[in-house]
Amino acid sequence: MRPFTYERATSPEAAAAAAGRTQGAKFIAGGTNLLDLMKLEIETPTHLIDIRPLGLDKIEDTDEGGLRIGAFVTNTDLAADRRVRRDYAVLSRAIMAGASGQLRNKATTAGNLLQRTRCPYFYDTNQACNKRKPGSGCAAIGGYSRQLGVIGVSDACIATYPGDMAIAMRVLDATVETVKADGEARAIPIADFHRLPGDAPHIDNVLEPGELITAVTLPRPLGGKHFYHKVRDRRSYAYALVSIAAVVQRDGSGRVGVGGVAHKPWRVEAAEAALPEGAAAVAPQIMAGARPTEDNRFKVPLVERTLAAVLAEARS
Amino acid sequence: MKFDTPAGANPIDKMTVIGRPTDRIDGPAKVTGTAPYAYERHDVAPNQAYGFVVGAGVARGTIRSIDLADAEAAPGVIAIVTAENAGRLGKGRMNTAKLIAGPDVQHYHQAVALVVAETFEQARAAANLVRVDYQRVPGRFDLDAELERAPLVGGDSNEGSAAPPVDEVGDFEGAFAAADVTLDERYTTPDQSHAMMEPHASIAAWDGDQLTLWTSNQMINWGVGDVARTLQIPKDKVRLISPFIGGGFGGKLFVRADAVLAALGAKAAGRPVKVALTRPMMANNTTHRPATVQRIRLGAGRDGRLTAIGHESGSGDLEGGQPETAVAQTKLLYAGANRLTSMRLAVLDLPEGNAMRAPGEAPGLMALEMAMDEMAERLEMDPVEFRVINDTQVDPEKPERPFSQRNLIGCLRTGAERFGWDRRNAKPAQVRDGDWLVGMGVASAFRNNMTMTSGARVTLEPGGRVIVETDMTDIGTGSYTIIGQTAAEMMGVPLEQVEVRLGDSSFPVSAGSGGQWGANSSTAGVYAACVKLREAVAQRLGFNSTDDLDFTGGQVSAGGRSGQLTDAARDGAITVEDKIEFGDLGEKAQQSTFGAHFVEAAVHRMTGEIRIRRMLAVCAAGRILNPKSARSQVIGAMTMGAGAALMEELAVDKRFGFFVNHDLATYEVPVHADIPHQEVIFLDEADPQSSPMKAKGVGELGICGIGAAVANAVYNATGTRVRDYPVTLDKYLERLPAVA
Repeated sequence: MRPFTYERATSPEAAAAAAGRTQGAKFIAGGTNLLDLMKLEIETPTHLIDIRPLGLDKIEDTDEGGLRIGAFVTNTDLAADRRVRRDYAVLSRAIMAGASGQLRNKATTAGNLLQRTRCPYFYDTNQACNKRKPGSGCAAIGGYSRQLGVIGVSDACIATYPGDMAIAMRVLDATVETVKADGEARAIPIADFHRLPGDAPHIDNVLEPGELITAVTLPRPLGGKHFYHKVRDRRSYAYALVSIAAVVQRDGSGRVGVGGVAHKPWRVEAAEAALPEGAAAVAPQIMAGARPTEDNRFKVPLVERTLAAVLAEARS
Repeated sequence: MKFDTPAGANPIDKMTVIGRPTDRIDGPAKVTGTAPYAYERHDVAPNQAYGFVVGAGVARGTIRSIDLADAEAAPGVIAIVTAENAGRLGKGRMNTAKLIAGPDVQHYHQAVALVVAETFEQARAAANLVRVDYQRVPGRFDLDAELERAPLVGGDSNEGSAAPPVDEVGDFEGAFAAADVTLDERYTTPDQSHAMMEPHASIAAWDGDQLTLWTSNQMINWGVGDVARTLQIPKDKVRLISPFIGGGFGGKLFVRADAVLAALGAKAAGRPVKVALTRPMMANNTTHRPATVQRIRLGAGRDGRLTAIGHESGSGDLEGGQPETAVAQTKLLYAGANRLTSMRLAVLDLPEGNAMRAPGEAPGLMALEMAMDEMAERLEMDPVEFRVINDTQVDPEKPERPFSQRNLIGCLRTGAERFGWDRRNAKPAQVRDGDWLVGMGVASAFRNNMTMTSGARVTLEPGGRVIVETDMTDIGTGSYTIIGQTAAEMMGVPLEQVEVRLGDSSFPVSAGSGGQWGANSSTAGVYAACVKLREAVAQRLGFNSTDDLDFTGGQVSAGGRSGQLTDAARDGAITVEDKIEFGDLGEKAQQSTFGAHFVEAAVHRMTGEIRIRRMLAVCAAGRILNPKSARSQVIGAMTMGAGAALMEELAVDKRFGFFVNHDLATYEVPVHADIPHQEVIFLDEADPQSSPMKAKGVGELGICGIGAAVANAVYNATGTRVRDYPVTLDKYLERLPAVA
């Protein structure tokens, strides 16, 4: 870990401004991902701005009939919230499928959106990784890639976004609220928040330097049945091989998000019209253009099979 | 005490303390955080500095230069150790690769330097400033490719069963060719990591030329020898102290880089230094269970009797290393007149392969017991019955040599009855529970019983307290408790009156913890010392003969008279020392431990997810000294075996030559949610040929066969066979029923 300076934020605007003008600054909230990465010197911030003093830990009803989740609301509190469990169960279930109780107690809503890939080559600083060190190459391509991306990948990077919470938020059409370094607030649809790796895999999302997440808002509840089916080799405390977040209505229509396959929560809205016809009608559209490796080719049929399992449960 | 004739009646047979389910006596210290583990010994030496290991960034090559300038200038740095400035170093007898690289690098993450600083954080930060310039050379990383040109090599793993390069009995090829029903399949098991909770850790302090290491090591006496050999100092200048060990599984049988570098760092810094390996270094810096490629050929008559048993295994290791003796159990487990076993050893430039819980048998039985399941199906026989009719009461390679005791059939029969095996559908993929396909699997468990010389010192203190001192270790197994129980039984005192001190090289040399020999051997050593103590007590109390002495409830009695145990030590403590030495009973009769595993598993018909639903092990392993800790050993081993069956695999990068998933986020071991209710039954046994304790080992028996039992249950559920461990869904997904 490199030495760093530290300050406690006083307001979102001040925090964003400070981050914007300080080279190498990062925000810290729960720290569950950032501190690990700092110990390994994968992240080497020179300055940390602690957003805990800002509050931002409320879950409020919005005028539109949805919810506004403060950036610092912990995963545990969010998953346990009565309104979330009742109206956005897919989100609650996704969160509970991730990490461990101890980590969920520390991890925050904003931090979870920003967690970095778990690609093992990203984690080993002896290995080439364009995400960790732009231009160094990608050791994962041609290497051990069973866990890695199958769709939206590039020649520079096949890493996945590892989280569960954001897959559900993608299905719920959440919006990420931020304040930029210049004090301007903006609202970023979750669909646009995470990037594909392209030729700049070191950039995970569209946040600008200094930009601070202040909240995530959820639109009005969708109704329907909510599912989060996370498939993994180990039953708990493991990243998804594939996960399916779904909200399915009584008439068989609905929405589907896929985790564990791409550099971002994967959702193809155009495919969802075919949901009443079953997984075989939908999954090939969702996964069209997949470029799996020999190691992770199984993820493509696994998406269809897991979606079929979810739809079967929705019918029952 | 020489043990060369079978044990007769002795005080242990009373089983007033031995054989009772007993809470571990070190439990309160562990749950209150007061049991001192190596890295936490802040109290033992003042002014400790922190060392951080720099691991090699290439698998094979030469260090051209190391630039230490920035690291040396970093805040808090006291010293940096490299091969260049460490002085002349030897290599431990138990180590295949050197513990410090330079100029050659033998494997990935081999230690290149130790940075010593005032704080851990400073040492870690400075370690990242050490710049090593490597000349990388191509290495051999692909086991399959290297096995094609690998020679036949015999082996005797450090804690395992031995096997020669080739062993043939009868005419295997002829019998196999002539058999009515045959099987010829290839099975593979991956490299596995011990993944114990406590990483390798040591604190080193020098007092002149005298070195003390507080460390985490299973085999104190081996450790003293190898520290001395590596540092090129006399053995009597080295003291190892390792009273508590947070798991080892064979990964701490040997001295590793933490100990040697702590010693060198302390010398360079002129003050005590502590070093722990970080989790990401453990997979590649230390040892692992080597991957195997196994070919099994079985031939049987229509009656189900095996006529030909062939088991050929290939594995790899660094130059000078050992084969994984995966064929060892096949020499002994089933009858059959014509037999062939062989092992090939490829040279690989991956990290050092070595012993991990039941080396040889664990991966060997994953293959053999799956093959037996397949063979039973080809014979249209029940897999339990197939094993029963192929049981043997003699060493099948040397029929004149019996087993000391062997109740494999009892394990299989008892298990089948208790598990409800008769409810199993012999035809796979027939049982459904909602979306889950449900199946049952069975496997035999087998692990040889090894015995090792083991010594102890016992003291009767004024007041009646009994102190036991031995360099035996407790790696979480319960050694403290069974040793205490042994002394309590022998001296006729309550367990609370016994104090057990372990893991210090200043105590008598013990068997140590490995190869499941620890419990039987070390308690037998304590037994021997206690026999001596009883004689000394009898003498002090004025008894003429020691023949019919009875020590019960603090009383010593014989020939109608009795005395108080405490009176014997009234004028001063009595201290005696002895060791147990084993004769050739183990050669005259084969000593092994037996068991049967039963597993029910469910597989999701669409996603392929696996859920183990029930597990039962029945063990026949001699006298069970403490059923509570023995059960813990067996269920722990079953858990580890479930991991081996379903998820554990060190993934090899065959281009760069290292285990890629080198942390616990990516090398998955089972969590609570993976493990259902586990039941263990111990058959009532006492083996007079094993030791005066009449006990054997169970710590490794539990992992033997369980992997195959899980895989066989998955097969019975789905009808799809995966012979390439771990059995993960990607290997059978497309063979599951189509989804609508």
